[in-house]
Order: sequence, then structure tokens, then C-alpha cells
Amino acid sequence: MSAITRDEVAHLARLSRLALTDDELAHYATQLDAIIESVAKVAEVAAEDVPPSSHALPLTNVFRADEVRPSLTPEQALSGAPAVEDNRFRVPRILGEEA
Amino acid sequence: MTVDTHMPYDEALARFEPVLGLETHVELGTASKMFCGCKTTFGAPPNTQVCPTCLAFPGSLPTANAVAIESTIRIGLALNCSIAEWCRFARKNYFYPDMPKNYQISQYDEPLCFDGYLDVEVDGRTVRVEIERVHLEEDTGKSTHVGGATGRIQGADYSIVDYNRAGIPLVEIVTKPVEGTESLAPDVAKAYVTELRETLRSLGVSDVRMEEGSLRCDVNVSLMPRGASEWGTRTETKNVNSLRSVERAVRSEIERQAAILADGGRIIQETRHFHEDTGVTTPGRSKEEAQDYRYFPEPDLVPIAPDPAWVATLKEALPELPSVRRKRLQAEWGVSDLDMQAMHNADAFDLVEATVAAGAPAADARKWWMGELARRANESGVALAGLPITPAQIARVTELVASGALNDKLAREVLEGVLAGEGSPDEVVERRGLRIVNDEGELSAIVDQVIAGNADAADKVRSGKIAAAGALVGGVMKASRGKADAARARELILEKLGVSE
Amino acid sequence: MSLIHKTAAELGALIAGGEVTAVEVAEAHLDRMAEVEPKINAFLHIDRETTVEQARAVDARLGAGERLGPLAGVPIAHKDIFATADMPTTAASKILEGWRPPYDATVTSRLRAAGLVILGKTNLDEFAMGSSTENSAYGTTHNPWDLTRIPGGSSGGSSAAVAAYEAPLSTGTDTGGSIRQPAAVTGIVGMKPTYGGSSRYGLIAFASSLDTPGPFARNVLDAALLHEAFSGHDPMDSTSVDAPVPSVVEAARNADISGMRVGVVKEFGGEGYQAGVLARFHEAVELLESLGAKVVEVSCPSFSTALPAYYLIAPSECSSNLARFDAMRYGLRVGDDGTRSAEEVMAMTRAAGFGPEVKRRIMLGTYALSSGYYDAYYGQAQKVRTVISREFEAAFHQVDVLVSPTTPTTAFPIGERADDPIAMYLADLCTIPSNLSGNAAISVPCGLADEDGLPVGLQIMAPVLGDDRCYRVGAAVEQALESRWGGSLLSKAPAL
Repeated sequence: MSAITRDEVAHLARLSRLALTDDELAHYATQLDAIIESVAKVAEVAAEDVPPSSHALPLTNVFRADEVRPSLTPEQALSGAPAVEDNRFRVPRILGEEA
Repeated sequence: MTVDTHMPYDEALARFEPVLGLETHVELGTASKMFCGCKTTFGAPPNTQVCPTCLAFPGSLPTANAVAIESTIRIGLALNCSIAEWCRFARKNYFYPDMPKNYQISQYDEPLCFDGYLDVEVDGRTVRVEIERVHLEEDTGKSTHVGGATGRIQGADYSIVDYNRAGIPLVEIVTKPVEGTESLAPDVAKAYVTELRETLRSLGVSDVRMEEGSLRCDVNVSLMPRGASEWGTRTETKNVNSLRSVERAVRSEIERQAAILADGGRIIQETRHFHEDTGVTTPGRSKEEAQDYRYFPEPDLVPIAPDPAWVATLKEALPELPSVRRKRLQAEWGVSDLDMQAMHNADAFDLVEATVAAGAPAADARKWWMGELARRANESGVALAGLPITPAQIARVTELVASGALNDKLAREVLEGVLAGEGSPDEVVERRGLRIVNDEGELSAIVDQVIAGNADAADKVRSGKIAAAGALVGGVMKASRGKADAARARELILEKLGVSE
Repeated sequence: MSLIHKTAAELGALIAGGEVTAVEVAEAHLDRMAEVEPKINAFLHIDRETTVEQARAVDARLGAGERLGPLAGVPIAHKDIFATADMPTTAASKILEGWRPPYDATVTSRLRAAGLVILGKTNLDEFAMGSSTENSAYGTTHNPWDLTRIPGGSSGGSSAAVAAYEAPLSTGTDTGGSIRQPAAVTGIVGMKPTYGGSSRYGLIAFASSLDTPGPFARNVLDAALLHEAFSGHDPMDSTSVDAPVPSVVEAARNADISGMRVGVVKEFGGEGYQAGVLARFHEAVELLESLGAKVVEVSCPSFSTALPAYYLIAPSECSSNLARFDAMRYGLRVGDDGTRSAEEVMAMTRAAGFGPEVKRRIMLGTYALSSGYYDAYYGQAQKVRTVISREFEAAFHQVDVLVSPTTPTTAFPIGERADDPIAMYLADLCTIPSNLSGNAAISVPCGLADEDGLPVGLQIMAPVLGDDRCYRVGAAVEQALESRWGGSLLSKAPAL
């Protein structure tokens, strides 16, 4: 049984912002199919009444006092930027609306 | 841009029933950002309030601001919400250049506060708006679109991004669907945002400035045909940046949707943008495919489990909420519902209350603020609170009137002087020479002069037509340029003409 | 004995005693690096001048009477996933080529403060995703025992550097075994501390709920000294444990395990395990018994589902953690010709900048978190995580530590599993459960497999915050085996 189709991989690639070629899509479809089949073993554990763990340890309530700490300088902030204009990060035109 | 057809509002309401929903985002007024120690000052030079965490540099980690958590819980309590015993932050995953991590730390199915309500008064009727959830998240940076004709996102050549705003704590307050508001839907929407804004202000958690974006409102509207039981498809209107726009956006969406539905059309579930200038909404760019935000619990932050005893303390320490305060003030001041509403609309409660606190009788305080000062504010297009005059100064003017040193006409002149920057009320009285004439000799001389110059009127009075004395009093007031004590002038006139009342 | 063959503890003592300077020690290691790097390729970044400069500064601090820790002046190699303000930090990815962070990771800054001298940044599987270091964008690292074999991964540069005497100490990160597995296959000591015991601040995230910084060294005491030097609560990391660091150095010096209860995990053995690995493991268990430990067999039936659970949880987190590499604020930007949109440039950059394994995991994680699949995959994996933690908890009621082979096999040949992700994932079979439950675990050398003469590691697992037990048992095993071998296991390695 095929768990994942090439179209689904194309959808995942779009969601993940990965521009993949057709060959890559086909290649990843085969690999992801095998991996997903193998990880589906998690279903074998009877865990209906078990709470999920999102964290390794059960810590709670870790907060920071509302205190100002030094920021970077704009020079530091922009030092690794591919493009800069007016102390701002210059980015290509944005297509979509804000979600 | 295509122009949508709009059905006249009354007709739309006759045929359809509106259902409202409001999502409000509030930037908290914390000193530092939600997950890092950067400042939150509005309007700072670009990228001066940024650090590895709010720029999402590799390896950086978030740490949650304690005051933001506390403020969110206080907002929840003020909105009569239940507070979660245990909840987590969640990542909302989507790519957007103004969101540095390409996920927003937010809350998903475990909001901090849930199931509350806010009562608002509209047209003498109380409407309970139920609150679904209040949760905490972080704001995004700001893009400026360069090139193209409009400066808007469409057609721009490129964009430049300032991340100062990225990571400022943002509280999202979501209502349940509001039904049964009928033709008042736009007013209910506006009243809700107004009441919410006042509540937030009373809590001191945000400066709630819609024009600066620290309070932002998305308005959801759907229509269902009369007699139907299922809700229609809703639209979500963004970019609603003033209280008045909230009302206009709802009205415009009702009219637009009604026209489409009446024409046999279908409402598209979409995000729309409100335009302040034209008062209509236009669609946002439709997404290629449905968003899948892939929410999952934020592994970099640990769960929040507010201690119930602490929550109880916060609840007890809540300030007097605006609706409670209004009831108290109305009782204390003894004013009508209508007057209260007028003061509410004029945002005058704080000013009147402060004026009363400074010693003025409530009736006088209200009279000045809602009368002369409201007129002046209206003329110069500023809010009452924006006038260059203080409640203490108003109180001083009422004191001068009560003591007989000023009459109403002079008092108005004093206010004019204060507003013109001529100094305190006493200084204006002194400089403009506005004190009432209460020198008996001076007044007597003026009366004699007026009687001599109005022989006909004087004769009428002498002959018993006491009503004719009014003209003489008017003459005295005119001659004294309003500074005479009118009552004393009348006494003197009657005395000198040998009649009594 | 030359400086490069000394332990970190010895070097620290020599420097503190003024018998040798930090500069001399650094230069000895830099010379060794120059000599063997062409064969090993453990380092992505070496900057002799900066290193010597740092060493000189430490000598000056010591000369001025400043009291630094026991490792002052000792050189160290950092996995190139820790941010270093004075050196590039790339996570072995093209997407971060040449990036210089304007800050230090907490691990880095604490070790600087303790006077350790940075020799350079070591190679890894891109973003720590892998078990062989073959997924590096900058070439693979070679195992000093056999240059045709992998040095383990993802921290393979760090394990190889220490095993090849290029550095006495190094740092690594362990998300599914990325410290213990490379330590095992290169014949050195590698420790995954309790999750939250060492700070993740400045560590480029792979899977946030699993990533744990830890030490590599050639012996247990050195690992403990390094562990102690960078561990402890960090307010910059909300998942950091606010508790005293377990007394690991004391435990490493106290090799007495008489009366300790040791559990052998029943599920780790049998099919898929190399005979030579199992033989050395069973000898190690007998050794523990001979040293006075009470050995029992413990069953943890759900450990067999740890691997699939891990390959859902880690990719899910990574799909989100790596979203920030988008060509907007730092790093690579591809295809920005003035006409393409930000969306297109992001997708082109990410396609060009990430290697195949990273893309695979991003898409796998995106899939596992998608609506409609979440409950069956990510949600179920989180429940399995709870079940595994509970099995550990139950086991630690019975015993003080659990033991297993660190890896099912010795170092495999470079290229052998490169095209078979599932086979590659099996390398972490025994190490993953401790990442899911957050408990401490160490790998110490326990001999050479008969078939290939390559090192085998013994894994010792201890409860959360029971890190000291790993060192105590590890030190006992090390002491007994080294006296049997007449020296360290590494001394049997072929000369480079």
C-alpha cells in the first residue's frame, strides 16, 4: 500500500517552501513512503488513555521578569542580511497577504 | 478594482439576519517584548529594538514575560472568563517575511482564558457578548512596500522589513458568534470594541490606541435569510482602525453580502480589507490552497499552570470595571441615562469625575464639560481630554461662580482665556478684568444712568408694570459689559423707582 | 608523553602549575590538527591565530592570579552547531555558509569563562540530522580507527577530533544518540546529560524537546570535568532545569559500584546486533557483576517503538525549527533576480541550501503535523513518549542504572547506508529511548569487536538528574578494563 503520493509530496514541499524538481518529488515520494510505513509502528502501542508528552520533563511556570535587556545594534542585527536598505532588511516582493 | 453592489441597509435587514464575530488584538504595554528583553517603544528607529531571539537567529530561544502572562489573566478575569489550570503555547506554522521564525508562538486549543462575556449597552438595551477565548501570542514585524504605484503590497518591486514590533506581546480576544442584534449589529460591534477598550484601559495593560495599532479589530460578518436556521458563510474584515470604522465595516459588509445573496450568489469565505476613505471592503488576495498551520505544543517553552490562589488574588485586585463605575457615577451624580450616554460618547467620565474630585458640584462639572467645553472641542476637532484645560481649573471656575464673583457669561470668557493660554482662571479674571461689579456706588451710578436714558420703561415700572424692569436690567448689564450682578441691579432699579414686588 | 596524549585533567594541572603554558598546549594541538586533518576532516573551521590569541589571554588571566576552573587553558573543539561570536557557525549547512553569530551559545560562553581555548568548529551531519557525518555539506569525516569508516554522527567531527588526539575535549549535541553513538564507534567517552541539565541557548535547534549538549573526552573523568564546566541552570533556556548540577566529577573519581543494582535491557540484543558487539557487551555486564553490582534483566517492551516515535517527533519539531532559514535575514539567498517573489526566493534558497536528509525530515515532519494526520502520527508518537518514560520510571524503581550496547554495530563503511535512510536510522536504536524520556546516559568504551577490530561502546542509562551514576559506573568499567588492557582502548588504535 502506498502511504504517500507524489502529489502529496508536492503539497508538502509547497508547505515547507522547498522548490523541488519533478525527479526529486518522485525520489522523495518513494523514500517518504517507506519511512512513513516504518514509523506507522507507533500505532501498535496501546496508548489511548495515556496523556501525550510534548516535553521531556514536567516543568511548569518558567517566566522572565519584564525587564529590558540590551538589544543588538542595527549593524549587528543586519550584519548577516543578504540585502539591506535604510537599516531595514530588504526582501523580494511579497506575494501573499499576511495570514 | 470592481465595485460591489450594496443593498440598502433597511432592505438588507428586512431580508437577512446578521451574525457577528469580533477578534481583537491588543498589544500589551509591557516594558519588554513577549519572549525577549527588547524594548517595546512605539516609533523607535528601525531595527534598534531587536535581538537574536526576536530576529529568530539560529540558536536563540524564547523566555516568557511574566507580566504579559499576568496581564492576560487579568484581562480574562475582567471579561468574566475561566482561567486555564494548565495550558501551553503552541506554534502556528506559516511562512511570511515579517514573521522571523516563520512560526508564531501563540496558543491553540489551550487558551489561558476562556468562556467569558462582556455586557455592552446599545440603545438603552444590554447586549451580552460572549467571549470564547483570550490567548497570548506575539506580534510580527512591519513591512514597507517599495516601488509600484500605490505603496501597497500589490505591484511593489520589493519590501523592506523592520522587526522592532516583532515579538511584542499580543493578546487575542475572540467572541462567540453574536446573534439577534438585528439592525443594531453595527452599533453592537462598535459598542463592544468601545467597552473592551475601556476595560483594557482601566486594567492599565495597554495604551489601546487603534490609530497606532495597539488595538486592532477583525470583524466577522455572516448573513442568514429570515426564517433560516443555519448561519451563512462569514467573511473576516481586517484593517478596521477606528471605532467608527468598526461600525461602518459591519454595515458595509451586511449591505454587500445581502446584495450578493439576494442575487442568488454565494459568499466566499475570505479575508477582506476595510477602506477608511470609501467605507467599503475589498477582498484580500485569495490563497492558493487552504492554510494548514500545523499547530503543535511549543517545545521551547514549558506549560503554564497558574496557581488558583494567585488567580484569586489577581481577581480581587482588579480595578473597578467601566460598567460598574458608570453605575456608581450615575448614582453619585444623579443624572439621567441620556446624560450618562452623552458623557460616555464624549469620553467625559474621567474629566467630570476629576472635576468633582477637585471640588466642583457634579451638575456644574457636567454642565461645563458637556456644554461649553464640548462645543469648543468640537470646533477645534480635538477630544475633550485634548483641550488645554484641567479639571482643577474648571472646578475653580465653578467656585468663582458659586461665590458670586463670576456669572455664567463671565465664566465662559474665563474659560476662553484659559483655553487661549492666558493662564489660570484667576489670572484670566485679573488680566481681562472680568470680576462682577459689586461696588454699590458704581452700580448705583450705572442704574441712574440707565433709568435716565430709558424714561419710557421707567415710567411703565413706576406705573406698576414691574415686568418692564427687565429691559432696564438688560440695559444695566449692557452698560456694565456683563459684569453687573443682575439680581442686585434689579433690586436697585425697583428701589429707585419706588416700587416693590 | 607528548602534550596531545595527556588527559584534560593533566593538562589543566600542568597549566595551573605553570609547567606549561596554554599557548604551548594549544600549539601542540594545532600542530597535530595540521598533521592529521587531511586524513580525518574533523574540523569545518580552524583559525590558528584566534586560538593562540585566546590561549595567550588565558595565560594572562592565570598570570594575573585569576582563579579559573580545573580546565583553564585546556583546548576544546566545539561542534559547529554552537554559536561562537568569533567564528563562523554553519551547522554544516550551505544555507548558513559563512554566517557569524553576534553572540555566544551559553555552553560556549561558560567554557570561555572557565578558560578553555577553542581549537575550532567540528563537522557534523547537517543540522545534526544523521548518524554518520556523511550528511555534512562540507564533506564527511573519517574514523581514526579506519579511515574508510564513519566516525558516527551527528557529532562525528567532535568524536573523531578527540579520538585522533586533535583535541582532548569536545562538545556535541545528542538528540537521538548523536553524542553516544559517535563516542562508541570511535572508542571514546560521550555523555548525554539529563535533558535541561545543559543549556540549549545558542545551540542551533534540530528537535527542541530532545536536543541536549554534552561532552566528549578520552576518559570518564575528563568528560565529567567538562560536563560540570558548562552545565547548570540557564535563565535563557526555559527548559533548563533549575537544580544543582549532579556531582559528576566526584562520581567519576569514585569508581565503587559494589551493591549497585544494574538492569540489562532485555529488548536491546538479538537480531540486527553484531555478534562482536554483543560479546563485548556481555563481558562488560559480567565485569560489573564482578565489581560487586547486582545485575538483573529488565524488560521495557515499548522501547522497540522508540525509534518510530522519534522519527515522528524529531522531524515534526525540525520542520518548524528550520523554517527560519528563509533567505530574508541571514544566510544564503538564491534566485533573487528582482522579479521573483519572496515566496519563490525562499523556496529556491531552501531547496538549494538544505541537503537531502534535511529536506526529507522537513517534509516528513510537515506531513506528521498536517491536519488529518496529526493524531495518528505526531499525537500518537507523543503518547508513546509517555509510555517509554513510564517504563524507564518503573525500571529505575528496580535498578540504579540500565545498561545496553550503545549501538547495534561498530562503525560502518562510509557510503554503506547513505542511500538507505531507514538502515541509517537503526544506528540510534539503543540511544533514542533516553532522549524521549530525558534521562541521562553515557557511552564508555568496552573493547573491540572480534570481526572488525573496531570499538564497541557500553551505554549506561540513569534516571533524570542521576547523571552522577553514569559517571560512577562508567569510571568503574573504565578502571577495570584499562587495567585489563594495560592502557586505554585508544592506545590500540592504528597510528595515523
